[in-house]
This record gives sequence, C-alpha cells and structure tokens, in this order.
Amino acid sequence: MSDRGITSYAAYIPRLRMARASIAAAHAWAMPGLKAAGKGERAFCSWDEDAITMSVDAVRACLRTARANPVTALSFASTTAPFADLQNASLIAAASGLSHDIGSLDAGGSLRCATSALIRALESSASGDTVVVAADKRHARPASAQEMQYGAGAVAVRTGAGEVIARYLGSASAISQFVDHFRSEGQKYDYAWEERWVRDEAYLKIVPGVVARLLQTSGINAADISYFCLPSTISGVAPAVARKLGIRADAVVDNLAARCGDTGAAHPLMMLGLALEAAKPGERILVVGFGAGCDALLFEATTAITSHQSGMSVSRTLARGLTDTSYTRMLSFSGEIELDWGMRAELDTKTSMTQFYRASDQIISFIGGKCGACDTVQFPRMAACVRCGSVAPLAPVPLADESARVATFTADWLAYYPAPPLHMGLVQFDNGARTLMEMVEVVPETFEVGLQLRMVFRIKDRDSLRHHHRYFWKATPAG
Amino acid sequence: MATGIKDKVAIIGMGCSKFGERWDCGTEHLLNEAFQEALADAGIEKSRIEAGWYGSAVDRVNVGTSAIPATTALRMGGIPFTRVENMCATGTEALRGAAYAVAAGVVDIALAIGAEKLKDTGYGGLPTGTRGTLNDLILPVSTAPGGFAQLAAGYRARYGVSREDLKMAMARVSWKSHQNGARNPKAHLQKEVDLDTILNAPLIADPLGVYDCCGVSDGAACAIVTTPEIARSLGKHDIVTIKALQLSLSAGLEIGTADWDGSYVANTRIAAAKAYAEAGVRNPRKEISMMEVHDCFSITELVTMEDLGISPDGGAVKDIMDGFFDADGGLPCQIDGGLKCFGHPIGATGLRMAYENYLQLLGRAGKRQLKDPVLGLSHNLGGVPYNCLAAIAILGRL
Repeated sequence: MSDRGITSYAAYIPRLRMARASIAAAHAWAMPGLKAAGKGERAFCSWDEDAITMSVDAVRACLRTARANPVTALSFASTTAPFADLQNASLIAAASGLSHDIGSLDAGGSLRCATSALIRALESSASGDTVVVAADKRHARPASAQEMQYGAGAVAVRTGAGEVIARYLGSASAISQFVDHFRSEGQKYDYAWEERWVRDEAYLKIVPGVVARLLQTSGINAADISYFCLPSTISGVAPAVARKLGIRADAVVDNLAARCGDTGAAHPLMMLGLALEAAKPGERILVVGFGAGCDALLFEATTAITSHQSGMSVSRTLARGLTDTSYTRMLSFSGEIELDWGMRAELDTKTSMTQFYRASDQIISFIGGKCGACDTVQFPRMAACVRCGSVAPLAPVPLADESARVATFTADWLAYYPAPPLHMGLVQFDNGARTLMEMVEVVPETFEVGLQLRMVFRIKDRDSLRHHHRYFWKATPAG
Repeated sequence: MATGIKDKVAIIGMGCSKFGERWDCGTEHLLNEAFQEALADAGIEKSRIEAGWYGSAVDRVNVGTSAIPATTALRMGGIPFTRVENMCATGTEALRGAAYAVAAGVVDIALAIGAEKLKDTGYGGLPTGTRGTLNDLILPVSTAPGGFAQLAAGYRARYGVSREDLKMAMARVSWKSHQNGARNPKAHLQKEVDLDTILNAPLIADPLGVYDCCGVSDGAACAIVTTPEIARSLGKHDIVTIKALQLSLSAGLEIGTADWDGSYVANTRIAAAKAYAEAGVRNPRKEISMMEVHDCFSITELVTMEDLGISPDGGAVKDIMDGFFDADGGLPCQIDGGLKCFGHPIGATGLRMAYENYLQLLGRAGKRQLKDPVLGLSHNLGGVPYNCLAAIAILGRL
C-alpha cells in the first residue's frame, strides 16, 4: 500500500454570493421558468478575483499547516486559467511564498483536470511534497441554466509521504468521446447538451464503470465507502449513481449547490475537502472527476485527521459569504456588461515588463526590506533606506502574512474603480513597514483607524488594450 | 553666510487672467491676458525683461513640455526662459526662479508666469495619468480628493473629533470662501452657498462632499520682479517686496514609516518655520495680516491653520467656527475666494495667491480690501499629504 496521501488542504470561495432569486427576477420578463431554479445563492468573483487569485488564497491557507517536508512542485488545474501562454502555476507559487526552485505545471482542458493532476501528484515518487490547486471562474450567458448553477472557488491539496491525514488507496481513469459540454479556444461560454442524456448515458454508465474498476483493484466494497464525492449540477445524479454502485445513500457528499454553486475544475476537490472535514480514522473517501472521461480516486482517513486543522476549511470559507441581490453587479464584475465608467476609465494601464521583472518579488511575493544600518522595515525597497538613507542592500522581509492596521483611509467615489467607492489608505504593519494600499471587502460602518487588516493577492489593473492584467496585494479586514 | 530673500526682490507688476471655464481661449490667450496686465502695471517695455520662468504642471492637456510654448505665446524669444513644474506649487516655483535670479544679481528684471488649461480634458477634476512604471504597479489608482480625504481620518483619530463636528468645520471653511469669492469679479465661482447645501452635497471622497473640493479652472497669473533699487528708479514709491520664499518636499517618511499619524502636513510645518525665520516673523497669528492657503479641499485648509502655527494643534475647528478666518475675522484667509472659488489652474495658482496679497498690500483689492495689511502669506501644497511638497511665500511692503 502507498505511504502517500493528503497532508493538508484548504479552500477559498469568494465572499460575494448572489441570491439566485435576484437572477431569476431580472430575467422574469423573458424566462419566467428560471424562477424554479431561483433558490439559494451562488458564489461569484469580485472584479479583481480570478482563478489565480483564488488559488493563491487557497494555497496560502493550505501552507499554514506546518510540515517539515518541503514543497517541490505545484500544479494548477483550471478551465479558466487567466493566461493561455504565461504560466499561471508559476505566478501562484511565487505569490504563495513558495521557493522558486520548484517544478510547476498548468493543467486544463476538462473539468477533471484537477483529479488528473491530483493522481499524478499521488503517483509521483518525488521526495518533496506537491501542492495541487484547482480553481475555476466560469462565464455563463445571462439567463442560461449555467448562470444559476455555476459558482466560483479554489481548493489546494498538499500531497506527500509519511504523516498524511488521508492515505491514497488508488485510482482509475478512462477516456471518452462523450460531449456533455464544450468550450472552444477563445470562446467565453460553454455549449451544453441535454441534461437527461448526460445523466443516463454518462453519469449512470461511464462513471459507474470506472468506479467499479477502482473498487475491484483496491479490494474495497462499495458499501464501505463513507464519502462519495461526485460533482454534478444535474439534480439527483449523485444519489442515483451511488444507488447503482451500491454506495450507501448517506455517503453522498453535499454538492454545495444551495450555497456556492459548481466551482468547475475545483469541485471534486471542494467536495473532497468537505469529506476530509467530517472523516474519522479508517473511513474511505471516493472522489470522482468527470469530463471527456472519468477519474476516480480512493482515500482512507488516518488517525492524524482527528487533530488536523485546515488553514481554511470548506465550511469556514462557505460561511464567510456576503449575500448580494444586485444582479447587475455580478454581470459587471464578470464582464458580461460594460458600464459607462466615464473618461477616467480611459487611463492606459500598460505594464512595463522590464520594470515588473526588476520588482517582481515585491509585486508578486510582497517582499519588503529591512535596512542593515537602522533596522527599519519598509516597502517598496528603494535605492536608499526610507529612514536613514543608507544605500546598503535591504534584507528581504515578506509582508503578506504580517499583521497590519489601518493608519488612514477614505472611500473615493471620483477615482475610476470597478467596484466603487475605492477604499484605500495607509496600511501600517506591526513590523514598522507602511504603504498606501487598496482595501477590499470593507464594511464601511466598522472601518476606522486602527482596524486590523490582512493581505490578499488580487488583480490590480486590467489592461483592456493589450488583454493583460496585473496583480498586486490589497488589504482586507482581518478575520 | 546666506541671508535669505527678504527685501532683496521687489514685485513691480502683476497680472491675473479671469479664472474659470475659459471655453473661449487656449493657454496662449491666458498667458497674454495675465502678462499684458502685469506689463502695464510695471510700466516697462517688454524688452526690459531679461529672463523668464514659466510654470505649467499638466503638460498632457496643456501646451506640452519646455518653455517654448510660453516664449511663443508671449513672443519673447532670445532670452533665457525655463519651464518649471512642482505640482500645485508650480506657480510659486516660477516666482522663486525669477526672484532668485534677481537676488543673485544675474538679471535686473525677470518674469514669473504660470498657466494651466484644464478644461480641455472633457471631464471635471484633475486629469489622470501614469505615476511612473514602479508606482503604477504598486499604488492604488487615487485622486487628489482621495489623497487629502485621509487627513480627516487621521485628524479625527488623533483629536477625537466626531465625524459631524469635523464635517461642520469643513463646511464652514467652504462657506467662508464662497462668501469671499462672491466679491471677486475674476473668480471662477462667484456665488454664496449656504451651510446646508454644503453639508448635504454628494460625496466625492469620504468625508469630502462636492463643496469640500475646489474645482479645476483655466487661468494664468504673472509677476515681474526686480530689485528695490531698480523699482525706485522706475518711479515706484509703494514697493512690495518678497519677505520669504520657502519649499519643503517629502522623502518618504510619511508614506513609508509610522512617524506620521495623518493629522497634519509635515512639509507645511517645515516650510512655515523656515519662512517665518526668513521673514523675521515671531508670532504668525498676530503678525500675518492675511493668508491665501492651499484650500484644494476644506480639510486641507483646516489642518493648514495648525501647520502654519496660526491655530494651536487641535484648535483649528474652534478658530474656524469662531469666524477667525473670515474676511472680518482676526486673520482673513482666502480673501479672493481661494482655490475653492477663485479656481485652481495649477501652474497659475501660486502666482494668483501672490497677486491677491500684492493687491491688498497696495490697497487695490476693491470690495475685498482689508484695512492696512502688513504681511500676506501664500501657501501651496503639491501632491497628497503623505507624499507632498509645500511652498510658502510671504510678501510685505518695503
């Protein structure tokens, strides 16, 4: 039996949650039938969140669980990777504070890219740990079924050998030419076939075949599965597949449809995260990824799971939601509609790549500096110390996890900002560094000088002229 | 041993265009409007001017870089002419360049002129632009009101002033400037506004409402300077001289260290201390007769009263509410309407302030004339409070 498995995990679901009733109400004039789907809420990204930023949040939380073995590889799985040619995994690893001397890989192409990447990590013989992070922020045409069903989120899973919380028992995979949906290069929206056909011919035939093969090679009975993680937006599919396989009805893990929606490539791992939260030593977890074929993975919880604390469990990130009823906000944040932002929005946000590379550890990894002469911690790192003027090189000081507070602030309604008003002000780190920052997810009534902040990695500017966007750190109320 | 600028330079002519939305003209017209008035005031031929300093801050909507646009507009080729830019202190910087040249004895007569044509952008407020390749990667997209509004957060936190009390004092600042601007035919805004309107205006950058912010304007202002001796030889009897010209710039402490609490502007304090020393002012609250300060926002004027040492720290709210800075108060401030109502064409502003003090000192301020002013102070703030520069000029009679 493998000594490899999952050593820690963490999730990120955007705080913004759209009430589905608001989506249905907006479309009632044309699609009154959507009212039936208008229950619960779905997660959606703020204008400055994408699969990269969500992944960084999940990986940082995942790495909060201490482990001596180093991470030597990071794989990023997504069908909505922000960059087609500019490795997303490299950026995620750097922003998450991982060493630069690691392997990295982008996986994509189907909703099972995350389970496939996870299998590769678990089958690896490398001595170092691998972090697999999956995230999706899928577009859906207004008034489509997908607009109701899709959510957004990321999950990071760290794999390694030795002290694991869930031991890897094995996996099985298959390929298939079954096209339940597709999205071609350069296209924004999925094109989906009839759900009833997908249910009957794919979920009830292809999935059970692969799962049965895995159970057989692992020597495990279906009835001994305690957690069955099968992501699908089609109602009733998971219980039907469980019934067909002989998996207990109470083993079917919640697909989070009511409070989050389908997080795409991340969803198998999101449900795995839910299972890990509940699992007791010895319990078996079955995870299925489906898309142009099928992956099935089997885990067994170890005694280490009892004391394990996730850096951000699925339940905790799920509970951090802020319900929104402004449907046009969701449309605007996802780029489905373009508001008239006025002439200030015409500002060119071209990035100087030479400058970016010189400062990339400051911009992406938020590394400040400490003066060798006077010990002042500062950001950015300029040619001379902000306090004593020494030109000696500054020692690197990471700021992303440093505690900080509001020193000054305002809510600017004049500046061009896709989520007005722009909250910004001076952020005072406890270690002495100070810098002017954008502040997000602010609750205006509780915003005051002295409020505790934490740092989040977000999109800073979108360059619509060159189809590029740049990232930087922002401050958000702690907790 | 340097002895400072005091009484080494006389202003023999000043001019100021009508400020406002000058849809009718471009920068070259504004420059000539101010220049012709100054030339007539000085009573000299244009050919007597030996060097010029031209202030222009936002070249991308103005006339471009270099001083060639100014020499072309004024048809003043063949003499040294320099473009200066130091944000909102640009006009004062032009004056400093011309005054230093005269004080150095390098030229007899020099020109300082500043202009800005801001209403050609298509929208209100200052135009947006890049802040350099590194800053663009780090700094939030901010506006001037967004920068200065943070003074309110810092001030409230330090002095425990309620949001409502501070908002009222800020409104009182703008109310007073509208009262003054209504008596100035060259002002951009010549209308009185009541306190309720000011208090209930839409927010621009919390807690600044529309009436807490100056607008931007088109305009130009200009000064012709020489030595007091030459001024006398030109037949001038009532001579206004420069008593102090000071400038202080940030080097990163406010934005980059915990030293600054956001409740004041450090550079104003530094420049003021040096200016008072240069002019020989010991008690500014008593000795300064009038002030034109950089009221880009009401909260800026409020903290400036403390930064200039006029009000004690934490005492500006009381002085403002007591009417100490009103036209009939203990130390009239923004007699011409200030940036708030006279307007704020950036490159011209410092010279516009000097223009009002000059008129007042010579008893030529018409309906706004104060009784026997002795010293007039003008103050500019460029940038945002945590990364700024402050300029101070003090004028008086010789």
